[in-house]
Amino acid sequence: MDDSKPALPGPVRRHRVSTRLWHWTNALCVYLLLASGLGIFNAHPRLYWGEYGANFDHAWLTLQRFGGAWTLPGHYDLAMSRRWHLSLALVFGVTLLVYLLWSLANRHVGRDLAFRRGELAPRHVWREIRDHARLRFPTGMAALRYNVLQKASYIGVIFILLPLMILTGLAMSPGMDAAWPWLTGLLGGRQSARSIHFITAWLLVAFFVVHIVMVLLAGPLSGMRAMVTGWYRPPPPRDREPAA
Amino acid sequence: MTSALSRRALVGGLAAGAMGLLTGCDRLARDERFRRALFSAENMHKWLQRSLQGREALAREFRPDQRSPIFRGNGTLNPNTDGYKALWREEFRTWRLRVDGLVARPLSLSLAQLHAMPQRVQTTRHDCVEGWSAIGTWRGVPLRTVLDAAALSTRARYLVFHCMDDMGGGRDYYESIDLVDAFHPQTILAHSLNDAPLPVTNGAPLRLRVERQLGYKQAKYLARIEAVADLAQIGGGKGGFWEDVAGYEWYAGI
Repeated sequence: MDDSKPALPGPVRRHRVSTRLWHWTNALCVYLLLASGLGIFNAHPRLYWGEYGANFDHAWLTLQRFGGAWTLPGHYDLAMSRRWHLSLALVFGVTLLVYLLWSLANRHVGRDLAFRRGELAPRHVWREIRDHARLRFPTGMAALRYNVLQKASYIGVIFILLPLMILTGLAMSPGMDAAWPWLTGLLGGRQSARSIHFITAWLLVAFFVVHIVMVLLAGPLSGMRAMVTGWYRPPPPRDREPAA
Repeated sequence: MTSALSRRALVGGLAAGAMGLLTGCDRLARDERFRRALFSAENMHKWLQRSLQGREALAREFRPDQRSPIFRGNGTLNPNTDGYKALWREEFRTWRLRVDGLVARPLSLSLAQLHAMPQRVQTTRHDCVEGWSAIGTWRGVPLRTVLDAAALSTRARYLVFHCMDDMGGGRDYYESIDLVDAFHPQTILAHSLNDAPLPVTNGAPLRLRVERQLGYKQAKYLARIEAVADLAQIGGGKGGFWEDVAGYEWYAGI
């Protein structure tokens, strides 16, 4: 296939409507949840491990308040930060659940995200890491499939980090503590849940940064177009490498 | 070259868009209709939590050795009014808790009378809306015992807790709960914290414990419990001091 002249692939349907709808709703929700969450954090910018933790107890992290440019609202207002956060949390939770069910039903998860046999072999993973580090992105029809690193990060975000945000969020609620006492216990206590909530939020920020950098490197306009319209024009194969 | 330019434009656009979005949200939150929609999430959370909870579901209780070494106070740490200081000086002997409103038998209870009633002891976690938590052991009278003694009217829907701390402008702190929480087994009128009389910082001589909600619902320095059919006529009408003044949720289960 490599030696036959490859036909320049035309535009293809890349992202389903469920993926596109959720992607943008979720991006908006997560961003505003972060901003309002930092507003809430500002009320007590200290983090603890365990069940309890207040000013006289040992904090593993003490920060200054985040500035107004980071928070929603743009000034200190715990009540309004909470109103935003707890409203958006409902939208975020419901859309994530619908998207997960929809993606299982339309086989997005099984076809596009699940690892294939051999993909997790150390040699394969190592090669993809090397290709990534050299910014050699797949071209042609290979660009349509997610590689193992993409899969790992999408699976990590969709099935681990985002659900963990919901669970640690619920574990901080005294009402949920009565409804699901096992949840707070499982997470190591309310203050541990609060710490994990904070750490996970920054892991999502880290994912976002890498995600944006990758989109920028791989062709921001075609990537954006694909996530908005669903149509994607795979990049043409690179010129042959000069002989070594 | 063009792609470098478009990348720079995209990153710049993203950053500007992100900042603009926050400013836009601030503006949006000033619109009364949007605000109402935003605030309605509270009812959703209340409905969700009450559906998942079961009426009598208990907040987790801890062993005494799991307590916080120091149970900090918050909000008013001393009402400091002449009336309160006079009561404090004689160890609240002349203090009375009035129970009135929609009850058949209004009550006026002394500390000694409250001590003589059936007691409940619970070591629970106090969760402040600010984010911190402290575990302490509370001892006091189940609110339902007091309401039964006062013969609560069937027209009553809420209990309003009037407090002795002046929050400025002559407004005393107050809070309210509905009957689901009022008759919950862990809802008590606490006169002791960690096996000692309630300190002033934590609400002496008597405070409310509603264990399935956040700290600002746990009204301190109680003076009066009023049974009402609705909250519109009390204070600013939103059911509590912080609810009226700053827009905090009346249902503080989350």
